[in-house]
Formats: sequence, structure tokens, C-alpha cells
Amino acid sequence: MSLSPTDLPNSYIGRTVPRPNLARLTEGRGLYVSDLTLPRMVHVAFLRSPYAHAEIRSIDTSAAENMPGVVRIVTGEQMQAFCTPWVGVLAHLKGLKSAPQHPMAVGRVRWQGEPVVAVLATSRALAEDAAEHILVDYSELPAVVDVLAALDPSKPVIHDGLGDNLAFERRLDAGHVDAAFAEADHVIEQSFTFGRHTGVTLEARSIVADWNKAEARLTVHLGTQAPHMMQNIIAMHLGLEEPQVRILCHDVGGSFGIKVHVYADDMAVAALARMAGRPVKYVADRLESFVADIHARDHVVHGRIAVKNSGEITAFEIDDLTGIGPYSMYPRTSAVEANQIVNLVGGQYACPNYRARARVVFQNKAMMSQYRGVGHPIATSVTEGLVDLAAARIGMDPLEIRRRNLVADDAYPCASASGLRFEAMSHHASLNKLLGMMDYAGLRTEQAALRAKGIYRGIGFASFIEITNPGPAFYGVGGARISAQDGAAVRLDATGAVIVQSSITEQGQGSEAVIAQVTATAMGVPLDRVRVILGDTDNTPYGGGTWASRGAGIGGEAAWQAGRALRSNILTLAGTILQARPETLDIRAGVVVDAEDGRERLPLSELARIAYFRPDTLPCDFQSELMATRHFVPREYPFAFTNGIQASYLEVDTDTGFTRLLRHWVVEDCGTVINPQLVDEQIRGGVVQGLGAALFEHCQYDAQGQMINANMADYLVPMAGEMPDIDVAHVVSPTLESVIGAKGAGEAGTAGAAACVVNAVNDALSPFWVVISEIPMTPALILRALGRG
Amino acid sequence: MKASAFDYVRAKSLPEALDLLARHGEAAKLLAGGQSLLPALNLRLSAPEILIDISHLPELRGISTTATSLRIGALTRHVELQNAALVAEHAPVLTQAIGHVAHAAIRSRGTIGGSLANADPAAELPACALALHARIVMQSPRGERVIAADDFFTGLFATALLPDEILTAVEINLAQPGDVHGFGELARRSGDYAIVGLAAQGRVQNGKLAALRLGYFSIGTKATLATKAAAILTAGGGIEAAAAALADDLEPHDDLQADAATRLHLARVLLRRVISGMMPSLKAAA
Repeated sequence: MSLSPTDLPNSYIGRTVPRPNLARLTEGRGLYVSDLTLPRMVHVAFLRSPYAHAEIRSIDTSAAENMPGVVRIVTGEQMQAFCTPWVGVLAHLKGLKSAPQHPMAVGRVRWQGEPVVAVLATSRALAEDAAEHILVDYSELPAVVDVLAALDPSKPVIHDGLGDNLAFERRLDAGHVDAAFAEADHVIEQSFTFGRHTGVTLEARSIVADWNKAEARLTVHLGTQAPHMMQNIIAMHLGLEEPQVRILCHDVGGSFGIKVHVYADDMAVAALARMAGRPVKYVADRLESFVADIHARDHVVHGRIAVKNSGEITAFEIDDLTGIGPYSMYPRTSAVEANQIVNLVGGQYACPNYRARARVVFQNKAMMSQYRGVGHPIATSVTEGLVDLAAARIGMDPLEIRRRNLVADDAYPCASASGLRFEAMSHHASLNKLLGMMDYAGLRTEQAALRAKGIYRGIGFASFIEITNPGPAFYGVGGARISAQDGAAVRLDATGAVIVQSSITEQGQGSEAVIAQVTATAMGVPLDRVRVILGDTDNTPYGGGTWASRGAGIGGEAAWQAGRALRSNILTLAGTILQARPETLDIRAGVVVDAEDGRERLPLSELARIAYFRPDTLPCDFQSELMATRHFVPREYPFAFTNGIQASYLEVDTDTGFTRLLRHWVVEDCGTVINPQLVDEQIRGGVVQGLGAALFEHCQYDAQGQMINANMADYLVPMAGEMPDIDVAHVVSPTLESVIGAKGAGEAGTAGAAACVVNAVNDALSPFWVVISEIPMTPALILRALGRG
Repeated sequence: MKASAFDYVRAKSLPEALDLLARHGEAAKLLAGGQSLLPALNLRLSAPEILIDISHLPELRGISTTATSLRIGALTRHVELQNAALVAEHAPVLTQAIGHVAHAAIRSRGTIGGSLANADPAAELPACALALHARIVMQSPRGERVIAADDFFTGLFATALLPDEILTAVEINLAQPGDVHGFGELARRSGDYAIVGLAAQGRVQNGKLAALRLGYFSIGTKATLATKAAAILTAGGGIEAAAAALADDLEPHDDLQADAATRLHLARVLLRRVISGMMPSLKAAA
């Protein structure tokens, strides 16, 4: 086996090492925004709209103004002079339209939970007390709630100026779809429904904004995935120059895409800090998180598949309809999920005939946008649901039909029917590895034996592809000022310790560990000599942040390149000190050694001492450079595709409709695995969120557009008690776009989990001739399908 | 959200607590374990002017037996119930049920008196009190009053407690030879409120089920005894006839988890499962 450049004698790449921030976070010594208290700080409570759609006739704040502790009360109208509205569109999503959105409602409210009035007071409790005394006179309007109703001409238009409620439509037609359907032995159709759910981060969204009038500078402490994007946007809409805004991102308690967007209430807090001239703190409580954070999914997809008796899949066709709330989210828009679905369906299969349509509609619900997996769970569920139906129709084992149609492992590079370009994937190797883990034949035997006793167990599969490491194709080409590249600055301090400043962010998944491991390996220093600095627009390179499974693959490679550059500088300096050729030297365990035999020549602490304190001992024409900065973005492929396959084994209680998850398996290929434990736990966390979508999580609305389960008792997040053991394994196909070869791993779990659970439930219920294609699959839904209850 | 402002006073004795309650009346709420009250305050669903903390009253503590009864002080925490040998001996259905009450953190603070006085229709303990034919002991400035659990739960979060009364203890008859019990609930997640649940208590006499009491919860506005179904089972009418009779016994409601028809269906599933667990012979007969 040949060694790659990352397989150094003291490599941390591919090793499970403790995260540098582990003790700090587990001992409760992290610093979250909610921990911050600044001098003269005030708290804001938002009075939010109780209606999904209403005119605001008048707002009377007079009684509230005199309540104890109240500092200032601001309406949406009054805020207009301090913050300009925004429109969430991107140029490359052709035809996408949205309306100007204000930080707080002006004249009309368009979803239940939209901020209407901000109350600044000396405590959150006093602000809430005062908010209860604000009188808002609303005139309720009919609401558009159901996605199917949004395009009905008899229903109201949510934004008068836009003409209708259709935000975006995309069509795609590749190959010879009509001919393929005409020539197929079987055509199977099925509609799939995906409930809305949301991210429920452990730490709610939080912000402290602090306007320093003397500096004319706004410091914003914000739990965000994209500090530089937020710097740009807050400056733009508050009428400031970018250098006048500093974003500080401390510890963040989970994001999952929830914290990558621009929220109306966050913008309001930034404006309020300027208006009040005092630091303003806002920590969303759970109740408002449910109606103020973005939701995800909410799709109805009609799908068709064409199949030959041989098992060959010859065409896919889908028609997706999704509801996004009253505005397209800013600046990443709310059309990306539907766009991804069009891109992804059938992408794991060698099937050239594919037609798709996606329509994105406005409605009077909380806003919908990118959340972990963005479109992948929908695309995978539709694709894999159709493939299972096709297999059942022709009487073929679900694994066998996949074997016959998955893109061959030696077919790369290649492209999908929708035009996605694939560098290298491993569907068949992954499938074979999965079989080795799960004893498929044994499970089928057990299933048959138990079925005879009235116990219904099911096995389901889902192959998937996943978009990771995005370059500018996602946002930059559409005109959004969201950096596609990331940077790292690595320096050797005077004791020989290493400090890395990286533009990616940490939200609990271990970005900091990944950067430290890559840098330590690139440099040849012990991990505990590396300190990582993230999340500060004043002190890190400019970059995109952590989202779309890009932190390790893009930010990690930047750290690798910077670390190698600094190593080279160090060896040049060492060569000068030691009067040796730099190429004969290496750094191992923090010591400059002879590359040949590993003989220790010079500890980095001594090298640094000479460089910083005794440069007089070095030649006059030599200047040491003990800091190096590098940036990286993949250039050859717009995305690094990963792939994998998941399987679920479960039991359905046909009397109660309850589903018990027994076991879950994942094989995925994220290229080089930097920290196996972090990757596996990312996969497991992603699976759990997918299982939540499959069985539990649902933002339920009534006909008036009221979210009726917006609390932690009625909105069911997946809990440990209901989760199965999740076995994770890897196939490694590194991307050749970078030296480290890492692709993203953050969303693979979510991409396929729900799909294989639905397939497993349908497998369990196959004796009843029942097909369920709606999630979450609640006990009531399953009982209804079985004609019981 | 944050609770609106309230006063707080900690009572040091039962007479002091009764005096405070008499003085403040409807403006006061009693605070024991706080596991229902404090979330309600933070949600601003409840805004009392004063909280009277009774959690330190010695008179409301302890689990003991008399010649005929098991007495459980109102301040007995769920975790204490779960671990009490006397409860396991005389009211094992309580021991079994308590594991289904929320999560460990809540069981460490929540009290039996608080749960019964709160009368949440989805709570396990009121249904257990019905199944066990428990007696509820209450104290007021007028003295002690004891009523049957059957008469205590009057409606949705409503009980027979008068505004100046404090629930002080629960009494349950000592276990007798032949006692059998069963418990089951269907909850989406471990620790959630059940979609429907059943606590059952009976006695096997001469190979037959007798003195059967079926306490349902999370179905209708309050914990409910399914008397017709119980009568059919004790008369030897069989599980299916009893299951059919639940339509008369129960008043199922619609909510986000299940509509009334599904809830009744699930109540019947639970009846079959719980009764067969108590009397395997009945399962064979069915």
C-alpha cells in the first residue's frame, strides 16, 4: 500500500483523538451567547403575530411604555428607518420571486409568529410583562395554509405585488422519458407526502448586539454558521460599511442549518442596538423557536418509475410541490430544497431518462429553508420508494434491483441524467459492505418465522448520493455574498506552539478537532500544541463557515495547505540554523529531525526562540516567516458527491400502529475519514434526525395557519429511548481535488434514514397489501392504512 | 417565556399552610414538587399572586401501614414511591405505573399529592388511585376529610378539593391474598403522556377474576373507571364482550395523537393485553 501525503509517521488523520474543546464543553465552561452579560445591556421580547394572515390596523403601546423596567418599545413601522428590507432571491434560480421582508411586520402580518413589536426592558421577564399590555388591532385575513391550495386562484395572494403564490418553478427533461415509459414492462406511480418539521437545536437561537457609538461599530455575538455572511448582511441593511460590523461566534449548541439563515428577529436586534445605543440581548425561547426558526420539507411529490421485467429501471419522473411560508428565506432562498430534489432523484442509478418539475409556493406558515440534508431525504425517499415498488411489482428482491441499477463503481467520472458530475463513488462496494454487516438472509428467515406468529417485522434499504464540499455553484454564482472558499492562518508562537485561525465554525460537531488534527498532521506537531481560533470576523480569514457538509473538506484542506506552508517555512529556517538542506529535514512530534533517520536536531521551541528573540544570530539577508495563510475551494467539480446505503430493521405492532426500530445500518463514503469517532457520531446524529422525520417530528397546522403543537410536549423530537443501535461503516473514495481527500459527512445520515424506515414499514406490512408513503408515520396513520382504529 | 411576578412563602407546618391558604384563597397556589405548576407559570398559563410552598411540611411525608391501610403522605416523591417496599407489597400497580411517569428528573421532584390534586387526565396516578380504590385524605381549618378516589376526580383538572383544603395523604387497603394487577400505556416516546393507558387491580378468587377495577387515563376529561367492562369480566363474559362495553364506559376525545375512534380502539387493545397479563387463562379463552 502506498502512503499518501497525509499518512505521515505522526499522522492524526484517521485517528479518533479527543476533541480539544471536550473538557470545556462537558464541564459547563463553554461560552454561549446566553451566558453573556454586558454593561447597560437590555433584553428584548417580541410581541408576535397571533394570526397567520392579518392587516395591522393600529398598535397602542401607551400602557406598556409605563411598565416597570421598560426602556423602549419599537414597532415595525418605526424600525424601517434603521433597517432596510431584503428579498430572498438568487439569480441562478431563474424566475424565483419573493417580496421585501422587514425585520418586523409593517402593515400586514403573514405568518403566526411574525415579530410585530419589540419591547426593550431591563429583564426578559419585565419585557414580557410589558408586551402583554400592548394592544394590536388586527383585521384577520383568510390564510393560505395547504400547499395544494396555494395555487388555487380562489385563494388569496399573499403578496399583492407578486400576482400569485408561485415563488419558483423548475422543469427538467433528460433522455427519452416518454419512450421509456411507453416501452416499460411496468410503470408504477405513487404520491409521497413529507410533513414539515424543524431543527430543534439544543441551544435556541441567541444574539447580543452592541453598538459602540464612539467607534461607530456594531459587535454582534451570534450563534451562526456563517459569520462573514452575517457581517455583510447586517452591514448592508443597517447602512454600515462591513468593517463597522464584527461578528463573534462563541460556542454554539447545534445548528443543523437552522443557524445559517438571516432571521427577521436577529436583524431587529441589530437595529435595536443601534436605536437604543445599548447592548441588546435576545434568546429565543422554545415556544417562539417553533414559529420563528425555519421549518423544513413540507413536500408533496408525485413519482413514476418505468421498469423492465429484467429489473432494469428505465425512467424516473417526479412532480414536487412544496410550501415555504410567506417569504423566500434570505439570502440562501427557500427554493434550494426543491431545486436539489430535481437534481438528485435517481442520481444513484444508471438511468438516463428523467423528467422533473418542482413548484415552490408561498403560504401563511413559518418560513421554510435549508435544514440538514436539504432535499436529500425527499429525493432519496421518492427514488427508493419507487424502486421498492418496482421491485415488488416484478417480484425481485429489493437488494437485487439495486444491484442491477446502481452506477457501477468503475464508471467514474460520469454524470447523472440531471447533469450532476460525479468524481468517484462506491455504491456497490457500499452495498456489499452493508450485507456483510447485517446478515440479510438471517433477518429474512427471522422475519418469516415471526410473521407466522403474527409479529410483523420489516427490512428496508435506501441508497443515496449526497452533495458536499460546495464551491460557488450554490450561492456565489447566484449573486449571494457567501464565500465559497475558506481560509486558515497558521502561526508558530515563541514557545513552538501552533495557533490556527480558520474561517469555518464549530456548532458542536467537532470542526475545531478536525482543524487541529489536520494542522498537527501537516506540521508534524503534537495535537496538544495546536490551538484553534474560530468564529470572529476580526480575527479569522474570510470564508464561508460550516454548512452543506463543507467544514472538513474545504476548511480542513485550507488548514492542511497553511500547515504545510508553515512547515516549509520552518524547515527553511531550521536549515539556516542547522546549516542543512531543508529537504533533508522533517518535523516530527514538534521536533525538527533528520528526515532520513529521525535523529532529533532542533525542538520547535528552540527554533522559535531564535527566530523571535535572537534573529541577530541569523544571516542578515534571512527573514523567518512563522505564519502562513492559505485558502481553498474545489475547482474541478462544483460539488464532491458522497454516497452510501442505509438499512433499517423494525417491527410494526399492527394492533396499535406503533413502530419499534430494532436496528439501523449505515455504510457511507465521505472519502478520507479524519476523525472516525466524530464522523460516526455525525452519521448517527444525522440518522436520528432522519428517524425523527420518519416517525415523530411534525409541525402541525390547523386550517387557520396556527401551529398547534409548538411546544416540546407535543412536537416529538426523537429521544434515546426509541432509537435503535446504529452501526456505521465506511468505504473510502477520497476526492482528488484536495490533498486530504475528505468529503462531507454531516448530512449523509439524514439523507437516507427516513427512506429506509418507510421501506421497512412497507416491507413489514406487505402481507396486508398496504403502502404507506407519508411521513411522519404516526400510529394513527398506520392504523388508518390498516383499516383499524 | 418567563413567569410573571409572584410572591412566595414557605410554610413550616400544616396549620401555617392552612392559615396561609385561608388568607390568600384563590390568589394562591400550593407548590409541592412543582413539576406541573412551574411550567404552567413559565408558559403564563397560570399567574397566581402567591405560591405557598408546602414541600417542607413534615405532616405530609412518609409511607406507613396501619392494621388495614397503606398510608402514603402527599409529599411522597415519585422516586420514593418507585423504591418503597411497602408500596411494592401493597400497591404494586403503583410501583409498575411510576416507571412510566415522565423522566427521572421529574420523578425526583414530582409528588403523589401534587399529581392527584392536579388531576391531569393524562396522568398515571389518578387512574391508579381509582383502580386501587384509594381514599384521599384532605385537611382544612375545619378538620380532616376523607373521600373515595371515585368521588375525588370531578373533571378536567378538577377535583373535590375545596379552596381551603390541602391534600395530605392517600390511603389504600392492604394487599390481600389473590390480588392481581396490571398496567399498560401507549406512549409515542418513553416518558410521554400516553395516548391511552390502563391501571387494573383485581383479585383471583376460585380461579376467577373478582373485584376488578379498570382505571383508564388519557381518554376523556378525567381518569375513568370502566365499570361495565369490569363487570363483564368478573361475570365471566370474556375479553371481547368487555372490550365492546368500553364504548359505554369511556368518553374518548380527539387530540393531535389520535381521534376518538382510534383512542377507543387502543383502549380495547390495552384491555386485551393487560387482562391477559393478569389472567393468562382468559387470553387462552379469548
